[in-house]
Amino acid sequence: MDLTKELEEAIVAPGPQGFHPPSAAELGVLTPDEGYGLKFGHVVEEERAMEAMARTMFTRKNATIFPGPLVLWAWNDHAADKAKAVLELAAEIPDVLIIPMPDYRPKYPKVEPEEAINPNHPNLTIWGNKIEACIFIGVHCHYANLTLKMIRAGTNCWTSAVCAEQGHEDAMFTVRDSDATKIRRVAAIFKRVREEMGIKLPENGLNVRFTGLQSRVHDGKTHTNPLDFSMASPVDGNAAAFGHKAEHMQKEA
Amino acid sequence: MSEGLEAEVKTNPQGDPITSAPAAPSTTSTNGGRKDPHSDAKRQVEVSPDYMFFEAPREREFITGSECAKEAVRRSNVDLSVAYPITPQSETLQLIGVLYGEGYVKEFYRGEEEYGVMSAIAGASRAGVRAFTATAGPGTLRGLEPIVSWAGHRLPAVCMFTCRVVNAPLAIQPDNIEIAYLLQSGMIVFHAENQQDLFDFIMKAFIIGEKNDVTLPVGVCCDGFFVTHARGYCSMPDKGFKLPGRDVYRGAVPVLDAENPPARLSRDAPVQKSNFMAYNIHAVWQQEVWAGVERSRKYIEHYMDGLLEAQDVDGADVLLIASGSAAAQSREAVRQCKERGIKAGLIKIRSLRPFPTAELRKLCTNAKLIVIPEFNYVGWLAKDVATAIYGFSKAKIVAGPHVYGGMSMPVEMITDEIECGLTGKKSNTVPPSAIMGVADPAAVAEFMKSI
Repeated sequence: MDLTKELEEAIVAPGPQGFHPPSAAELGVLTPDEGYGLKFGHVVEEERAMEAMARTMFTRKNATIFPGPLVLWAWNDHAADKAKAVLELAAEIPDVLIIPMPDYRPKYPKVEPEEAINPNHPNLTIWGNKIEACIFIGVHCHYANLTLKMIRAGTNCWTSAVCAEQGHEDAMFTVRDSDATKIRRVAAIFKRVREEMGIKLPENGLNVRFTGLQSRVHDGKTHTNPLDFSMASPVDGNAAAFGHKAEHMQKEA
Repeated sequence: MSEGLEAEVKTNPQGDPITSAPAAPSTTSTNGGRKDPHSDAKRQVEVSPDYMFFEAPREREFITGSECAKEAVRRSNVDLSVAYPITPQSETLQLIGVLYGEGYVKEFYRGEEEYGVMSAIAGASRAGVRAFTATAGPGTLRGLEPIVSWAGHRLPAVCMFTCRVVNAPLAIQPDNIEIAYLLQSGMIVFHAENQQDLFDFIMKAFIIGEKNDVTLPVGVCCDGFFVTHARGYCSMPDKGFKLPGRDVYRGAVPVLDAENPPARLSRDAPVQKSNFMAYNIHAVWQQEVWAGVERSRKYIEHYMDGLLEAQDVDGADVLLIASGSAAAQSREAVRQCKERGIKAGLIKIRSLRPFPTAELRKLCTNAKLIVIPEFNYVGWLAKDVATAIYGFSKAKIVAGPHVYGGMSMPVEMITDEIECGLTGKKSNTVPPSAIMGVADPAAVAEFMKSI
């Protein structure tokens, strides 16, 4: 199906949808069953949703991955492995930005859109970086849903959600049950679609583009190789130091 | 009283021996020759919700609704319950206290009053434990502010509402007006018809409310006294089984603020108190709460066999739509109608939130008359039904009969309304202002020929 027709038939259409659009649930769209995903509010085989994510991230401006706390903090080995899989996914997208959602607190007194995204004002980060395509991954579902609703209302960003639970109906594209294995499957599909589209990655592996702030922090470098990133040990300097036990988060696997 | 003696003398608040559950397994652990009061609880085996609800053998007991609630909590792996007495709920939480003594509930205490109780439940649920409480009438309204906050905080606590009159004047009798307030709270709301419903709904409420894409509180309502204090048959799985505990790390929100240790007691800073909020943060938050209510539908379908139960609706000219105790009275009215040659059916609504809008539109398509008996003055169910089926049914809708303030509802009140609705005869109980829509007179005349 060509994109124009898909957009005409979209239930959850890309924004800006207006001052205060109804939620996807109000439009009758609910999370997909196992093995399926959502594409513009329609249930599709999850591979179709993954392909749609890939094409969107390859063709729209300033494509960005927004990793959340579930992959930013080394809660346990599984969380660390998922984080690694996210970086492997990032490694398949030329010139991609990575802007974290490290927590859910409103930022006060100043929002720095080149530093982070926040569920209370995600539009500022989207607008500030002129982001037209994004993937949320590792964000607790409630906060992801708030964010996705606001982005659809006020921005022209096409949203994707790679969810460890049931998926997100307010995203344009979503897949569910995304453990590290499935994230790697998403990365493999991105690779296939990228090759089909004839899009090449930089030969030096420096495909992740820094925001202005990130660049200043990294001595003026403009790009980095996501696979060079070294992961903190799951036992040092993380939630375990504050009494959180690994088995708590292992259930998420 | 010593622990050993306390374990041996188990009575209900009336002093009767507790006989509401199957006998405990024969093996007991001992402590210095005395029975460990927690021994049975310690031997409970965790089973899947599907096994508990659909596969486990059940035994039938003749017990009160309060005892049913107790037996449901016994099997629900509840971590904490907070009590504050109010008629007709007091007995229920007193029995939960017995469960605490027996080790089936891990923490239990009496709060200062309902505002404190509901706030404590919020804190417990936010901290990640499975929490249960119950209240009624004025207690519901006193606790309403924290109760309404549960949904916004995505707290899957379960509260039983044993509905009674809301003061003033002071009365303790049955009346379910308080449900009207709960319907707008963002929580999932079930309405139990009888003791069996109460037992099943409470257990299923924990499982449904704790689903990741739901993560919402559940109110399990019943009509006070009619259900809580009357005995009825209740089929229950063995008390040696319990549901899996709350898997809090699968919730839609983090436990407290664990991603920012040490945990802050307030998860979210006040939204809209800053110029750095998006204009619609609170609006999308509310949308998300109600989206969670919508997502619960599939789980209600699975665990509760649907949001409603339809009986004899195929080809029925008259439909009674009711919830709670009114469904029991309506069931008898349907039977009496059949004896009189009237094609009547019953739609019993189990889930008030989410509301079975699509189901009602389908079931009410061909009905000529819809009668909605309720145990309250305002007719909250009739308003919801009329809103749901507007444009999908040409039936005349009678928002009544209503009884309230502690009255019972004779079945004749319902059958009289059916007769009035069909014949146009003036009703003695339902005012003309409570009758919505007018059926095609020719169709009514044709219908009348057939009875």
